[in-house]
Parts: sequence; structure tokens; C-alpha cells
Amino acid sequence: MFVRIFIQIGVAIAAICLFASSGFAQTAAKPTDPQIAHIAYTADQIDIQAAQLALKKSKNKDVRAFASDMVRDHTAVNNKALALLKKLKVKPEDNDTSRQLSKQASDKRAELSKLNGSAFDKAYVDNEVAYHKTVNDALQNTLIPSASNQELKDLLTTGLKIFQGHQQHAEQVATEFK
Amino acid sequence: MRQLDLRFGALPVLACLAVIMAEPARAEVIHVTMEQIAYTPAQISAYVGDTVEWDNKDIVAHTATARDNSWDVVIAPSSKNSVVLKSAGTVAYYCRFHPNMVGQITVKPRE
Repeated sequence: MFVRIFIQIGVAIAAICLFASSGFAQTAAKPTDPQIAHIAYTADQIDIQAAQLALKKSKNKDVRAFASDMVRDHTAVNNKALALLKKLKVKPEDNDTSRQLSKQASDKRAELSKLNGSAFDKAYVDNEVAYHKTVNDALQNTLIPSASNQELKDLLTTGLKIFQGHQQHAEQVATEFK
Repeated sequence: MRQLDLRFGALPVLACLAVIMAEPARAEVIHVTMEQIAYTPAQISAYVGDTVEWDNKDIVAHTATARDNSWDVVIAPSSKNSVVLKSAGTVAYYCRFHPNMVGQITVKPRE
């Protein structure tokens, strides 16, 4: 579901690049810095909420350690992002992508809430692998290339490296449940 | 006169150098920076008894964790932490929080 949004954005951008006929269409499809900031912040918050659910439900040592790492790192990145937005006087701007992200994440949380024990652990960790993969693809292919402000671009680039680490970490934890 | 003074001045310096060189090598501190989710330099060599000190310049906490589990240190953002190398050999290490961070230390025995 989540993958679909970014694929849609990707397809839209690819289509515009291919046909490059209308400058207006290009600005409409390419997210602005305030929109990018909102999408990135929302994506971080979603992962923090998923981790908080895992800390409430899971008894698995590795899953709990991973979830604590997610809360700590995504909070650190978001604090840095908020400080940067304040400095740049950029106000995050709600948009269709972040609204869809939030909606899908709350559906996923409802789905996970119904599971218990190792079924929960497996579903949570599998979703973390998929989620980080999707966010990383979006950062790499859409958000970083679209960001105009260099400091925002740099923070997103650092974020990408951190989240690539999370993806590998989640993949490691996931092998426990294979 | 000035030349003569210099020559006499050089004598104690040379004497000191000779003493330093004759002394057994001292344990050193090797600095590794953690920046942009990477260890820099990623590969270092050291002698048994040397200390490796990691300086975390990132916004998130990292670890330096030996693959053979001989040591594991957590380094908070904007802080430092270190390990004393106790045995010779090549140790691969990584960050438990971000396994895409990898490094290697070649530890040589002290002669």
C-alpha cells in the first residue's frame, strides 16, 4: 500500500520527465521543501508509533532492542529536522502523500494490534523491513533529488544512511522468524 | 660564537632523543571518527596495549562491536568512548544499531 504511493509519485515524475512538455505539471508533481519536510517528519513519526506498539506488546529481546533503537534514532532525526525547519523558517506543509502515509500506517497498526506473541514479532519486523525499504527508496529517488535547500538535502541524505542501517538491522532480526 | 652556542644547545636534544628511542614503544591512542554513518578511517592498525577512541559526530548513537564479541562499546552522539586492545589479531567490528557501519583493526603484537 505504502509502496504504491511512492511508485505513483515515481511514475508521475518519470512520465513528466519523458514527456517534459509542461512546466506547470512538473512543479505540481515535484514535492516542495515544506511538503518534503512534512512527508519525512510523518514517516519518522509512523515508525516511532510502530516501535511504541512493539515495546508494549513484544517480549522478544531482539525485537524490543530494535524497537528502542527506532524510537531513539527517529526521535533524534526528527528533533534535528524540527531545529532545521525553525532555522530555515520553513513550515511543514500537509499534503496527499503524508495524509495517505498516516492513513495506511494507522491501518497497519490496527492490524498489528490484533496479533500476539511471535505472530506479532514476525509481522512487526517484516513490516519494518518493508517500511524502511519503501522510505529509503522514496528518499533516494524522490525526496532527496527534489529538495531545493542544501541543508534539508543533507539531513535527508544522513537520514537515508541511518535508515539503510535500520533496514539491515531489521533484516537481521527477521531471520529469527523465518 | 652563535654557531658554537647552537652546537652545545643541540647536545641535550640529541641526548633526549637517544633516551626516547631506546625506551620501549609507548601505548598509543588511535582516533576513529564516526561521521555520516561510517567509521573514518575504516581500517586501522595498532599494537597490543593501544587504545582505540571513537568520536561520534553523528546525531544518533552508535556502537563499536567486535564480531568476535571481545568488546562492545556504545558511543552517544557528540561523545567519545574507547577500548584497550588486549590481544593480537585482526578484528572486524560493526555498529549494532546500523550494521551498514563496518570497520577493521589489525592488532600486532608488541615487540
